[in-house]
Amino acid sequence: MKRKLEISELIFKIISYTLLTMFAICCLYPFIYTISASISDYDAVNYSKVVLLPKNIQFEAFAKMFNDNMFWNSYTNTLFLTFYGTIWELVLSILGAYALSKKRLMFRKGFNFFLVFTMWFSAGTVPQYLNYLDTQKVFNTIGITDDKWLVVLAMGMAAMNIILLRNSFEGVPSEIEEAAIVDGATEMQVLWRVYIPMSKSIIATVALFFGLSRWNGYYWAKTMMSNANEHPLMVYIRKTLDMYQDTEQMIGWSENYAPDSMIYAMIICSIIPILIIYPFIQKYFAKGVNAGGVK
Amino acid sequence: MQVSDYLIFDEESGTYIEDPEQSVRDDVEKHHWLNVLRTVLKDWRLYLMLVPMILVFLFWRYFPMYELLGCFKMPDSIKSVAEQDYVGFAHFQTLIFGNATSSISPEFWRAFRNTFLLSFYGLLFGFPTPIIVALFFNEVRSNIARSVLQVATYLPKFMSTVVMTSLIVMLVKQGGEMSGYGVISQMLENIGAIDHDTAMRGLLHMPQYFRAIYQISGIWEGAGYDSIVFFAAIIAISPTSYEAAQMDGAGKMAQMRYVVLPSILSTIVIMLITRIGSLLSIGYEKVILLYNADTYQTAEVVSTFSIRYGINNEGGSGLGKGWGSAAEMMNNVVGMLLVIGANTIARKASDVSLY
Repeated sequence: MKRKLEISELIFKIISYTLLTMFAICCLYPFIYTISASISDYDAVNYSKVVLLPKNIQFEAFAKMFNDNMFWNSYTNTLFLTFYGTIWELVLSILGAYALSKKRLMFRKGFNFFLVFTMWFSAGTVPQYLNYLDTQKVFNTIGITDDKWLVVLAMGMAAMNIILLRNSFEGVPSEIEEAAIVDGATEMQVLWRVYIPMSKSIIATVALFFGLSRWNGYYWAKTMMSNANEHPLMVYIRKTLDMYQDTEQMIGWSENYAPDSMIYAMIICSIIPILIIYPFIQKYFAKGVNAGGVK
Repeated sequence: MQVSDYLIFDEESGTYIEDPEQSVRDDVEKHHWLNVLRTVLKDWRLYLMLVPMILVFLFWRYFPMYELLGCFKMPDSIKSVAEQDYVGFAHFQTLIFGNATSSISPEFWRAFRNTFLLSFYGLLFGFPTPIIVALFFNEVRSNIARSVLQVATYLPKFMSTVVMTSLIVMLVKQGGEMSGYGVISQMLENIGAIDHDTAMRGLLHMPQYFRAIYQISGIWEGAGYDSIVFFAAIIAISPTSYEAAQMDGAGKMAQMRYVVLPSILSTIVIMLITRIGSLLSIGYEKVILLYNADTYQTAEVVSTFSIRYGINNEGGSGLGKGWGSAAEMMNNVVGMLLVIGANTIARKASDVSLY
């Protein structure tokens, strides 16, 4: 049945389309600008003549970045931290959430409170800092001198994500689990063969959150890693930015690209992996966020 | 178990019937500690699965709470927190009422006020925007158009704080003899929102613009992504509700008022309560990356105050660690009370408990 659009409906539709399109353009503009500015020449970027499209195209900023060993070093560090950090958090969270989802678990309420309390109250940055310093000392005495492992093991772990996983596991019908146990499945097999495949979308969402927070991590990595060779990408980008925002640095600058262009180029390189993964995981996370957001 | 335990001879009916007291006896036996231990041991794999998670939370979430003892002690770089001397509530007193030798108290109150204001404005402007965005998304019927718009508006959420703040720093950068000022400053000057002098000095160096920059970038980052939850609630509304409203002659606004809003009200309430609960937990990374000595006046929040004095040891008074932990502890205790209060209200109002 096709109904004629009422005038108020039509107006609302037009407003919706216009405002949403404008908002989408605002969301995309900084990215388009970043690309344009990274390939425009010194004058165009430095005197802000680039507004949307690149002017006087050069690729020297990219060339400089590709030849920058420290940049690639920090990139590898970030890949390392993200890979091991995500796996560590995912394994711990899935195991913990699975156990917490079982009604037969003794002191279940107590364990839940133990988790949830960390969402209500955190000790704050100074105690956390002192705690990380102590951890560093302990790690050093047992022979882990690399601060990478401190960042991988000690940071992250959000109680909220574990609760999302737990809620999702609780939704798996117990009949399926019982059937698996009758067939002789062990606890691990039940988790691996029944629960994980049935909670794929929430696990993908949570993994995305873990991965993103690792990829984007800045403050603690910067504070706890004394060795500049260990710094991840985000710390390196910020360091470069701080260096060139200092106007003293500009004296004697004779390159064809503006210092800003190099930072724009780094930013592009840092978001490419996210852009590659994003479409694959997007179909999961809309579902996952809905499942977990309002419970 | 033998049959005689369960069945007793009933003289009235002349047959064996089940012993009504047996379930009580079973229960007592089930709760005997040996049997409890047996059931726990039978599930040892389950408990083993919990161990790593518990240890991580214990080491890196609960041990820092032990370090909070430092709030009541004299900071010392050599002694551990257990060995330091007690000073009672001296740090709290200094922060709240001030003392003769330092200007720390006004700075603490400024940070506390900024924390509250940044969160409050975030609630005021940042909370309704995703709902409006979701309402607009509902009007876009074409699947392709909607997907494109969704992908574009969700994208900023996935940028890191460093990338976002670096872009802001460069887009509103100050001008100098050898460089122009940022593109956004230029646009704002063209439409007459700011004057040339302001643009030259750089918006991030002017305290009066910090809150606006913080909120606008927050909306830019989160409005699209945060609309997912509300949009899901809107598309769950049955089409028959709209049809019924149309039958009764409801226009678009009346449908919004009487169909859409009531249907998503519970989602709105829950999200609102979550927001109120986290009113005092401002993410410090974004502030650290955006502020500078020129804008402390409006930009400094309690956690950056703690970081400056407690970790970076600014001022070098030796008391920084104590001040830092005490300031954030006060902030976080108030924050916790807000969360618990919000949760209690949620439970009373709608039978929905968030945790």
